[in-house]
Amino acid sequence: MSSRNGYLFAMPWFIGFGVFLAYPIFASVYFSFTEYSVLKPPIWVGTDNYSTLVGDEVFWKTLVNTLLFAAMFVPLATVVAFGLALLLNTKVRFMPFYRTVFFVPSLVPVVSLVILWMWLFNGEHGLINVALGTVGIEGPNWLGTVEWSKPAIVLMSLWGVGNAMVIYLAGLQGVPASLYEAADLDGASAWQKTKNVTVPLVSPVILFNVVMSVIHSMQIFTQPYVMSEDGSPSRSIYFYSMYLFDNAFKYHKMGYASAMAWIMFLVIFFLTLVALKFAEKRVHYEGG
Amino acid sequence: MKREVWQHVLIHAVLVLLGCVFILPLAWMVGTSLKTATEATADPPVIAPAVAQWQNYSDAITYGQESLGYVPFFVYARNTLLYCILFVAGVVVSNSIVAYSFARLRWRGRNVAFAATLATMMIPFPVIMVPIFTLFVKLDWVGTFRPLWVPAWFGSAFSIFLLRQFFRTIPMELSEAAKIDGCSEWGIFTKIVAPLAKPAIAVVALFAFMAAWNDFLGPLIYLHSQDQFTLSLGLQFYRSQQGAQWHLLMAASTVVIAPVIVLFFFTQRLFIQGIAATGLKG
Repeated sequence: MSSRNGYLFAMPWFIGFGVFLAYPIFASVYFSFTEYSVLKPPIWVGTDNYSTLVGDEVFWKTLVNTLLFAAMFVPLATVVAFGLALLLNTKVRFMPFYRTVFFVPSLVPVVSLVILWMWLFNGEHGLINVALGTVGIEGPNWLGTVEWSKPAIVLMSLWGVGNAMVIYLAGLQGVPASLYEAADLDGASAWQKTKNVTVPLVSPVILFNVVMSVIHSMQIFTQPYVMSEDGSPSRSIYFYSMYLFDNAFKYHKMGYASAMAWIMFLVIFFLTLVALKFAEKRVHYEGG
Repeated sequence: MKREVWQHVLIHAVLVLLGCVFILPLAWMVGTSLKTATEATADPPVIAPAVAQWQNYSDAITYGQESLGYVPFFVYARNTLLYCILFVAGVVVSNSIVAYSFARLRWRGRNVAFAATLATMMIPFPVIMVPIFTLFVKLDWVGTFRPLWVPAWFGSAFSIFLLRQFFRTIPMELSEAAKIDGCSEWGIFTKIVAPLAKPAIAVVALFAFMAAWNDFLGPLIYLHSQDQFTLSLGLQFYRSQQGAQWHLLMAASTVVIAPVIVLFFFTQRLFIQGIAATGLKG
């Protein structure tokens, strides 16, 4: 009787789930075993796409680029976002103002952000190198060299850690004040309180953010794409999603792109499992 | 007591210092938007313009008018607004209704369906990108705005999750009392639960607005003619058109960023509370 209302209310999602998730997931598995250019119906080619990938130099290049980016970005972003959230959770004046200052960069539309940073990174008269110059360091030609183009994208992305920071902040506000008071009575220092009270209590939030950040890093697309569509210099910022996008919409190899997407899913799935395994004994859940 | 004062001074000092690092690029952008073309590319850099060049803004906005016969910035802005309105409305309406079902109605298979919903948050977008594109090709929707906003009317896992968590905190007694008074399920939803969940709905709307306002990949895949471009895509086009006209580019960027910043400043408390309400807190 009441079940009927439940189904009626959930109907939009049943349709959405079926059409925009379930169907695409199954179709994408099928496409990954076909040669498909959209214009002509897909042709079954078995595991050809996957075996071609193994021998595809660009595939490996973009996969390694993306993993390197994630390896630099995820730890740095976690430290920066969590550190800022700790500071922004203190009870000092002007807090709404400070919070806005640190969050605002993540509101900047990606294209504006990239244009702004390309200019800041400019090797000759970019603000960063001019600033480095005043303290006697000769800055690199960030976006023109293979060694510095990836770190430049990491720095640029760190500027937008606001989203993760806000989620940490929400988590920190859920830590009961009584626990800090108890720690104060025991004469705990600020560092001890952070290490022994705050971090264990928000560890589920840290895990959530790390996993989300891995998932997003593996899909990085817009920033490098706007910077240089072909990932130059020397494909050093040609990332996995860019190659996937090019295969799908530039070369019209939809089957090949789908195979790439499933490899990406497996990599993300594996990394998530590693994170969960690592977290097993370290993450503290309330009441168990 | 004294120790506390010093702690506060230290926290302020660190926040101000880091705040400068975070805000500097934006300040530089706004500063540059008011410089002359020569000042913008001067070496060593000019910190502030000698005279603020406010006409840069009108120049940037009307750029391309002569060659195209219309003002591209206004067209991009109109397209973006249209996309945002249809997208945000769809996200708010569909996800509130669906989350209501997951949070407050009993039905067979509900828990399994909810678990499946959460699991889909793990699927990276590229996996579903190709089949969804081919679907829209078959519907002949490529080159229209429909692929961008129609899916928003059929729910999304993250918004359903966020709203469900909030709906569950509203006491069931309210619904039961209304039911005794003869209120229909739809009436309970629209007259009691939805009004009480306004903060959470506002957060979902804000997230949706930002997603649509900043969306780059969607318009890049589906919109092909220049008079359909959104601001995020149009700005990219601006760049290649304008070459090294940094001051105009920065003025255009400032205009695109400003509405989002103003919106956040006035809703930041609500925003953080709303995220806390998702149950993500420790």
